[in-house]
Amino acid sequence: MIRLEPRPRASKAMRYLSPVIAAALTGVCGVIFSALAGLDPLDTFYAFFIAPIDDRYGLGELGVKAAPLMLIATGLAIGFRSNVWNIGAEGQLTLGAVSGGGLVLLFYDSGSAWLLPGAVVAGAIGGMLWAAIPAILRTRFNTNEILVSLMLNYVALLLLSYLVHGPWRDPEGFNFPESRLFPDSAMLPVILADTRLHLGFLFAVAAVAIGWVFVRRSFIGYQMRVAGLAGGAAEYAGFNRARMIWIGLLAGGAAAGVAGICEAAGPIGQLLPSISPGYGYAAIIVAFVGRLHPIGILLASLLMSLLYLGGEAAQMELGLPSAVTGIFQGVLLFLLLAVDLFVNYRVRFKTTVVEEALS
Amino acid sequence: MKKPGFLLSAVTGALLSMAGIAATGAAEPLKVGFVYVSPISDAGWTFQHETGRRQMAAALGDRVVTKFVEQVPEGGEAERVIRQFAADGYGLVFTTSFGYMNPTIKVAKRFPDTKFEHATGYKRDKNVGTYNVRFYEGRYLAGIVAGSMSKSNTAGYVAAFPIPEVLMGINAFTLGMQSVNPKATTKVIWTNSWYDPGREREAADVLVTQGADVLTHHTDSTAVVQRAEDRGIYAVGYHSDMSKYGPRAHLTAVTHHWGDFYTRLTQEVIEGKWTSRDVWGGIAAGMVSLAPINPAVPKEIVALVKDKEEAIRNGTFHPFQGPVRDQQGGMRIAGGTTISDEDLLKMEWYVEGVQGKLPR
Repeated sequence: MIRLEPRPRASKAMRYLSPVIAAALTGVCGVIFSALAGLDPLDTFYAFFIAPIDDRYGLGELGVKAAPLMLIATGLAIGFRSNVWNIGAEGQLTLGAVSGGGLVLLFYDSGSAWLLPGAVVAGAIGGMLWAAIPAILRTRFNTNEILVSLMLNYVALLLLSYLVHGPWRDPEGFNFPESRLFPDSAMLPVILADTRLHLGFLFAVAAVAIGWVFVRRSFIGYQMRVAGLAGGAAEYAGFNRARMIWIGLLAGGAAAGVAGICEAAGPIGQLLPSISPGYGYAAIIVAFVGRLHPIGILLASLLMSLLYLGGEAAQMELGLPSAVTGIFQGVLLFLLLAVDLFVNYRVRFKTTVVEEALS
Repeated sequence: MKKPGFLLSAVTGALLSMAGIAATGAAEPLKVGFVYVSPISDAGWTFQHETGRRQMAAALGDRVVTKFVEQVPEGGEAERVIRQFAADGYGLVFTTSFGYMNPTIKVAKRFPDTKFEHATGYKRDKNVGTYNVRFYEGRYLAGIVAGSMSKSNTAGYVAAFPIPEVLMGINAFTLGMQSVNPKATTKVIWTNSWYDPGREREAADVLVTQGADVLTHHTDSTAVVQRAEDRGIYAVGYHSDMSKYGPRAHLTAVTHHWGDFYTRLTQEVIEGKWTSRDVWGGIAAGMVSLAPINPAVPKEIVALVKDKEEAIRNGTFHPFQGPVRDQQGGMRIAGGTTISDEDLLKMEWYVEGVQGKLPR
């Protein structure tokens, strides 16, 4: 009989190491998979993890894809730490793109230097307003913020869909559901020549730094950490729960909103019926793989981004199906949970003799 | 004089054949990339493109190397994949979804030596051509079949987005039904997604509740055909022959055929004869046709469909042939005229007989 027994005190070092161990084990699984599929494991490893970033453009793409994940995950982590579960980043991202993009389309011909900064601010506000809905409902009526924020994702998508099919449709676009292409003055500048890496990446890195300062250096950040670790203690200490819920949701909303407008004014360059290939959901994974820690999130978003790029490269170079990307992500999460289990619990082997005698 | 002449011709012949061998032997195979919007699966839009790719690869043998990437989201993601093909020295890249239009144009500017072919878009460049299919021709024929089999005079149409492409199909299908059944009407439900089997199934159920006894769809899954089979009514498939998903229900399907086109275009690039242009082929080009018609359909209807198909092929009939009125009764296509391609491509109205309001 094998039994799991809680460790009296989980090793702190191991808690931070477990994503690294899980990533390494994922690599081992990848080698086993490719061997089973009759591929050279080294080729597969190269195609998956090296080929996508072996040139300047590839590195740029790594950043392009990591930026929204990093930004959103940092914002979400602030709420997650205090058990505020915002699952609505996808919708908040969409509203960010709608508000910022709407501003761009409204002042399309202005050519103003303030158009881009204005759009980014509008994006943040849009995301925050969308996140305010679950915050109000939670603090006023004690509605479950998981359900409300999740369901608002679909509402946001329909709103964007309505806008690009209707009022914001490109008049010269043969009635296809796309807005006009943003003017150059409203596009985020590229920060690495000959790539698509745009200013949004710096926003993401800045968000990580701000997130770190907030969590480690501010009193409210401390309160929220306490609330996450021991809700009862936080309540006893008189910490204001409603304030934490508001901050948790608004931080996630603002970050997701900025990510949304950065996608629209960055790699996409217009409003489309769908702005994000699921960044709002993937960022939840990133936040947890990164242990809700800003530096962990930075690394996790790069790893997640690499997994996407690797999936594409593996299709091109090795003819593997796109499902391989999904398998890798699934295995990584599974192994992370598995490693965590052994960080928090230890395995005890009991003698079977006793068991049999009892039964 | 005979001998030298013979020798000469033999020598030139040998030289020519050697030159030929040298030419084919030395020529690097053309690398051709395909970008797909959804997983290939075993029926639907991407499956038909993949079938076309395989047909082309088989026809051109060692003169081509083909690769594809599936499930590439439209928008910001596509540019990277398209660019990667170009950077890897691919000579021809097919981008097979409307949302790839702007990324394709962007990448094409940076890689002038690579040819790009974008499906269903309207932006071209020196090295970007576009191609599409007159699916509405097949839709009209399918409408004839559906109209003749409906007892309730009501067809249900599960559609993704109200764009001209989809509206053309709904309207042509309705006109086809009305040609054999003047009382026929079409009810439409929008799913706002190209691929969402759950929502497509629900939409099918709602349409059945509203009295539809034949269903069709402009979405990517087989859910509608399967649901029609369960509910004991008829269905017309789309993209692929879907008869195996509803052997009893499946009346026919409007099927897409890209193989000949891909082979022809790729050959043009190999031979250096490719130029940027817009291809919009239909039944005559073999790019759209009907899957085998269900034996339950009366023989005279099958014959009628064959006649109309032939008339469309030789240009004596156009599905949008006046007089055609819109939902509000306004004359859209005057009697004795046919619609222009430009008006087709900008279509944003329902013909008389389609029920419900067009979402805006």
